[in-house]
Formats: sequence, C-alpha cells, structure tokens
Amino acid sequence: MGRSGPIRVLLAKPGLDGHDRGIRLVLRALRDAGMEVIYTGLRSTPEQIVRAAVEEDVEAIGLSSLSGAHQTHFIEVSRLLESHEASDVLLFGGGIIPRQDVEGLSAAGFEWIYPPGTTLHQIVSDLKAELRPESVQGESTS
Amino acid sequence: MYRGRVWTMRQYAGYSSPAETNQRFRFLLDQGQTGLSVAFDLPTQIGYDSDDPLALGEVGRVGVPISTVDDLDDLLEGIPLDSVSVSMTINSTAPILLAMLLAVAKRHGVSPDQIRGTLQNDILKEYSARGTQRFPVDASMRLVVDVIEHCSVEVPAFYPISISGYHIREAGSTATQEIAFTLANGIAYLDACRDRGLDLVAVGRRLSFFFNAHNQFFEEIAKFRAARRIWARICRDRFGIEDDRACQLRFHTQTGGSTLQAVEPANNIVRVTLQALSAVLGGTQSLHTNGWDEALSLPSEEAARLALRTQQVIASESGVPDTADPLGGSPFIEELTDQIDRAASNIIQEIDERGGMLHSIEDGFVRKAIEQSAYEAQVARDSGEMLPVGSEEGGEIPEAPFHVDPVVEQQRRGKLEQFKANRDLRAVDSAMAQLEQNARGTVNLMPSLIHAMESGCTLGEVSSTLASVFGEYQDHG
Repeated sequence: MGRSGPIRVLLAKPGLDGHDRGIRLVLRALRDAGMEVIYTGLRSTPEQIVRAAVEEDVEAIGLSSLSGAHQTHFIEVSRLLESHEASDVLLFGGGIIPRQDVEGLSAAGFEWIYPPGTTLHQIVSDLKAELRPESVQGESTS
Repeated sequence: MYRGRVWTMRQYAGYSSPAETNQRFRFLLDQGQTGLSVAFDLPTQIGYDSDDPLALGEVGRVGVPISTVDDLDDLLEGIPLDSVSVSMTINSTAPILLAMLLAVAKRHGVSPDQIRGTLQNDILKEYSARGTQRFPVDASMRLVVDVIEHCSVEVPAFYPISISGYHIREAGSTATQEIAFTLANGIAYLDACRDRGLDLVAVGRRLSFFFNAHNQFFEEIAKFRAARRIWARICRDRFGIEDDRACQLRFHTQTGGSTLQAVEPANNIVRVTLQALSAVLGGTQSLHTNGWDEALSLPSEEAARLALRTQQVIASESGVPDTADPLGGSPFIEELTDQIDRAASNIIQEIDERGGMLHSIEDGFVRKAIEQSAYEAQVARDSGEMLPVGSEEGGEIPEAPFHVDPVVEQQRRGKLEQFKANRDLRAVDSAMAQLEQNARGTVNLMPSLIHAMESGCTLGEVSSTLASVFGEYQDHG
C-alpha cells in the first residue's frame, strides 16, 4: 500500500486569487524536506489541477486561497478527484478560511486546513507522518 | 504639514454588490471619513464579468463586482463626485474603470476636470507581488501611459497612478526592498512617459505612491523619509526635473495586513495603532487603517468603524499632527534614514545594471528577492524569534465575523442578463470594432474605451477584445 521514495505533492492556487506568498513558502519548505513538488502557478482551474495531479501521479494536493472562493474551488477539486477515481490523493489547504467552513471541507475530504500562523514545520511533518510513517519513526529514534 | 489639513482618511472597502458597498461608503462618510477607496472583486480586477465561468465563486468576495457603467453608477449613487475624492485599486483593467468613472460623472453632470481621486494603475508590481496581471508587460505599459496621458489633458485634478510598495511588502519584502522596487517601478513609468513625449513636470506633479506601515516602528518612519529623499534625487538627477512639486513624493499608507493575527485578534487594534502612528510621523498624505478582524475575513462594519476611529484619535486627540517631521534631527532616526537610503539606492543601482526594472520583473529577479525575504521572515517566526504576541501555538481562532452571501453571484448574473437585453447591439459591436482596430495601432486607447463604455460594452467584453490583440500574460509559477 504505502509508497516509498520522495513524497510527490502538487500545490495550486485555484481561482483568481493572486496571494501566493504562503504557497511559495510551503513549496520551498516541502522541497527542502526532500519532497517532489509541482506548483501550477496562479489561476489554475479545478479541472487543470486534477488533470495535473493525475498525470503527475501525486500523493497529495495542497490548495491555497485567500480570496474567499475556497468553498467553490476546494470542493470542486475534491469532486473531480472522485470522478477521476483518484480520491486516494490526500487533500490539504490553507489561507484565509473561516473556521465555520472547515467542517464542510473536512467532510469533502480535506485532511488539514492550515490557518494563518501555521509553521512550515507543521505542514512538512503532517505530510510525512501521513504518507511515510516509517520514515518519521526512523527519524525519531535516530 | 498637517497644521493646515490632516491626512485624508480613506478606508479601502468593497464587497458583495454595488448597492451594498454604496451603503458601507455612506456609513464611512457619515462617520467622518474624508475620501473613498474602492476595493474591486477579482473578476473585475482581471477583466471578467460577474457571469463569466472563470468568475465562479469569486463574485463580490474581496471587493465589489463592477461589470458595467450601470454597476459603477449604483456604487457611486448619492456620492458627490466633485467633492469626494474616489480612489480605485485597479490595475490591469484601470483604463476601463477610468472610462466608466468618466461616463458616470457625465451622467451626474460632473465634468472631467472636477473629478478628484486616484487610480492605482500600477501594473508592474502585479507581476512580482500582487497577481492580477492580465496582459503582457509591454501592452500593459502602453495602457498605463495611455491613462496618464489622457488624464494630464482631460482629468487634470486626478492622480492617474499610485505606484505601490504596499503589496511588495505584503508579499514578504523588507522595508528597504519595498521602497527600492517601488521607486524602480516609478523610474520605469517615468521612462515610458518620456518615451511617449509627455511633459515630465506635469506627469511628476500628478504621480502618487502607496506604502505599507509595518511593525518596526522607527524603521518605518525612516523608510518614508528615505523614500521621499531618493525620489526627489531620481526626479532631479536622472530625469532633469527642476520643478520642486514635480519631485515631491506624495503617498498613501495602509497598515500591514500580513501583520494581523487570527489568534486573539483584538490585539490587532494595538498593532494597527502603532503602524498608523508611524505613517503619520512619516508624513503620509492619506491613510487606511486595517480592521482588527481582517485575519479572519473582510472587516465587519464595527471593526471598520473602529479602524477609522483609530485615525481620528491620532488626528484630533494626540497632538502628533501639530509638527511637520517631528522626529527629524533625532540622531537615531537620521542614521536609520541614511542607512535605508543607501541600501535602497544600491538596489536601484543593481536594477539599472541588470538592464532596468522591466527586465528584472520579467526574468523573475524581483519576485525571487521578495520570496527570499519572505522565507527569512517565516523562518524567524517559526523558530520563535519573531513570534507575534499572543499567537503561541494552540491559541484558538475565532469565527469569521463577516460573510458574503453566495446568492449575490446569482443576482449579479440576473442583473447582467437584464443589462445586455436592454442595450443597442449595433452600437456595442461598432464600439468594440473601433477599440480592436485602435488597439492594433498605437493611438491612445482612452477615447475608444470611453466610447465603448458609453455604448453599453461590458468590462469583460472589452477586456477579452484587448486580450485578443495583446495576448494573455502567462504565469509560470
């Protein structure tokens, strides 16, 4: 079941939002942690994101939105993944996401929604713990 | 300098629909605000109508949706355009919104020379920091200069550009990079105006700037002082402008949005107060103070009022505005000003040596430099070295106080359908054909844009016509 080798992650900004400070920091932190990361740039549509995720055979998709359009786009990405029979891909998100929206996103399959103030270390260690639990155990004993 | 008149209190606002935003504007004016500042939603900023499939989920979220002249008319209903100045944060589609504003003013019987306010119209920082670019850099620069040229003749009391460091800072730059990149963008605009053959004295007198007021109190004050000095040197030494007023740097300030914390958000009131004070001590011409709840959502009405009150307390109760440049002459502030001046001037020189700002934007130099600073700031925060007060891990984030009803998007589609049913299609087609032809040439596009808006074209139609001629800028991530 579990994969080995570097974790493959796709990061994307769905919709029209141009705030990419956070996602670029995450991109760098994941790469520094040895992951293979594809960032699709600004203004990706949910279709483009899911197509890229399937083609690139990623294990996780991280979405960022600070424009308030997360309900539309995040949930559409989750729906399209299902229709591509790729709902095993881990979903996470971040940005300005009102607390009252988090429950709905969790129900749609989002494992983590990172609010402002999250450390980069948190995101890296969550992904490792979920996708490469063996390596995390190895690290803690070394 | 504030003894004659304090700074303009100008709170950035816009959400949901033109009618709802009009209510917020009237509320803010009733509370003593002295100018308007329009926040547009992302579809409007990038050139999509509210009914465009690409606008899905974005309509009215971060600003007000404006697709037609009627929308802007609804937004400005009851606002006296000859006495209240209107600032519009719009870049890619700035010429279109200006055309709409002129059309609305005409309907209200206000002539172009009576219109006061500011158009952001600063496309260069979009490519490296803000992300609402639509067209390639060269076509965008033509549009920027078209606006400046048109306003210099037709709308002389209006500021046709606000060269903005605010977003560069929000994207993660240092204070020094903020002013260096902003002033380097200013150089690129003045170069383009000179290439167009415009009178640089007239242009210089109508330029305005926009900076961030961040956390480091004294550094920010020194930054504003250094920016004024460097810009005056650029105007005099590089462009040979001798007119003092044309060399003066006028600026708007907004307190730093990215400094606001979601945990214990009431603490943001104190952060905003200190930041606002640095802007005033630095001599800002106008000011926006953020709402304490803006790390959670757009500001609630209550938070927007408190933000305005913060400025009013500084203006009328603290005595701070009674002296111009009150910290001038302090050895510490003067030394800090000199340091920032030197460091920012060095960056500007480096950009010159790399072939200028347009090149440095297109090859990613500016973006990478900002990103590196953002990373260093994040590392300092994550390590606990620069951890904001009250935001230790585990703190609870409250619910967002403000919410845009998704039904707005449907209502907007209905409104546009109605607008399109009631217009003269022949007039629309002919105006679009004229615009397209002129876009392929080199004439100033403002007259064709004004004609298009008055003929019932929509923002989305005009933008896609321009994109069919200019192409779309591709973000490569």
